[in-house]
Amino acid sequence: MSPIHDQSISALSAALQAGEFSARELTEHYLGRIEQFNGPINAYISVTAKLALTAAEQADERLAAGHAGPLTGIPIAHKDIFCTNGVKTSCGSRMLDNFVAPYDATVVERLQAAGMPMLGKTNMDEFAMGSSNETSFYGPVRNPWDMERVPGGSSGGSAAAVAAGLCVAATGTDTGGSIRQPAAFCGVTGIKPTYGRCSRWGMIAFASSLDQAGVFARSAADAALVLQAMAGFDERDSTSANAPVPDYATQLDDSIDGLRIGLPKEYFGAGLDPGVATSVEAAIKEYEALGASVHEISLPNAPLSVPVYYVVAPAECSSNLARFDGVRYGHRCESAQDLEDLYKRSRGEGFGTEVKRRIMIGTYVLSAGYYDAYYLKAQQLRHLISDDFRRAFEQVDVIMGPTTPSTAFALGAKANDPVAMYLNDIYTIATNLAGLPGLSIPVAPADGMPVGLQLIGDVFQEGRLLNIAHRLQQATDWHRMAPRLTLA
Amino acid sequence: MALDTSDVAKIAHLARLSIDDGELDHFSTELSNILDLVEQMNAIDTSGVEPMAHPLHMAQRLRSDQVTEMNHRDRFQQIAPQTEDGLYLVPKVIE
Repeated sequence: MSPIHDQSISALSAALQAGEFSARELTEHYLGRIEQFNGPINAYISVTAKLALTAAEQADERLAAGHAGPLTGIPIAHKDIFCTNGVKTSCGSRMLDNFVAPYDATVVERLQAAGMPMLGKTNMDEFAMGSSNETSFYGPVRNPWDMERVPGGSSGGSAAAVAAGLCVAATGTDTGGSIRQPAAFCGVTGIKPTYGRCSRWGMIAFASSLDQAGVFARSAADAALVLQAMAGFDERDSTSANAPVPDYATQLDDSIDGLRIGLPKEYFGAGLDPGVATSVEAAIKEYEALGASVHEISLPNAPLSVPVYYVVAPAECSSNLARFDGVRYGHRCESAQDLEDLYKRSRGEGFGTEVKRRIMIGTYVLSAGYYDAYYLKAQQLRHLISDDFRRAFEQVDVIMGPTTPSTAFALGAKANDPVAMYLNDIYTIATNLAGLPGLSIPVAPADGMPVGLQLIGDVFQEGRLLNIAHRLQQATDWHRMAPRLTLA
Repeated sequence: MALDTSDVAKIAHLARLSIDDGELDHFSTELSNILDLVEQMNAIDTSGVEPMAHPLHMAQRLRSDQVTEMNHRDRFQQIAPQTEDGLYLVPKVIE
């Protein structure tokens, strides 16, 4: 029998229900692995062992009383962007190094209610701004497949923790690729749902018209169970979608015979690493063998998604991060001369370089006289990008392509070149601009490093995406590969 | 679009960010490079295109005007840098 941390959620849940081991023992197993392996990977900012064990004991009581659900007793990790009552919520920033959240995010609350013990809070790029996890105040996360490479970002800690078996599943957030890109780099399954599918309440805001919570797991079937518990309308988030959540698990085994797959020619052009292209093409061949048909499509405005994103996201970030002023919570500078000095130095000391860059770009594009040339123009292009997808979904059921142009790059390789770093998200950003769901699943590795296949669906088609991913995972073993870890 | 160091200093002031003089150079280069990337938007004529206000074209939901939140001032002020009598303290603004 394979080790505990290689098993699916449904297998673990069945073992818990059968009393093969207790929820407490399962949580202890993961806490032990974190102790053993987290050090050099640096996937966790905080480990909440005591809280996890208490929650596990409560899960055991529910199991004993016969009130357990499919996630009761299954340990999870939360990206440190989600507020957790009484637990430090840093968002990867010095600004919030001293911030103990006074309430739980809706996503955290719902997964807690489902009986999932929280193992800890995962490392991330500062305020979710980054594609490599190198902008974290707590140091970079390392890719469990190759410790000299980045895990991707911004949810790099969550992706690395799932890949290394340091939790069963983890939450993440995706503003321009922050779930799908690290999922691809670390060889795990990651889903970014439709904008508004999961509540943003208690999720520290970066770019409010793009931010969306999602899941990292070892398979689409596992992700389906966790997303089921997270998704749904929340009165407290004014952009939460008031639409019913279908039962994802029952859709998993639906047939994909006759599925029409669209391959956007813009996602297979220059700039795509040949090794990644080969792996993605092999996965698409598998889909053809499973009864799907392949159609070339075009998303003509997609190449503009990176420039559009670097107007919209910084503009929204500069507004959202204005709240960090050293007055009510977070970092405050010493001995301020006056109020302006208090604001400027608290922010200057509290924020790292990438966050400052984005705040300044956002401030500039929103400043008097520039609004039409930048923000308005970007919002118009966003409409065109969204229309491209709408037209595509008149012809095909799902869009597929690479999640990233290359496999994980070396630590430090792009740290000093923001534009090169931004171009990493070239295949993921358009999905956020259009508000669509996207998913990345591991396919055949290239040169020993994981490769992600991206699936993009029409609005609220998470169930279909998980189903399509699950069918491939039933037919192949790519998602079962795991990195070999060295002891801390 | 090239920003010089004095532009960066002005933007940093608008954003209430203290930036060391020694950092102005690299910020002006990086911000100019990012704006060059952004300029690619001008390749497409968007005249007459409606700006997209919401990814799903949804209207903003409104709630009824009823009190739903309790007062949590004491709890929220526990994490404040400096408070007194329920007020947040900042350096004196008015002499």
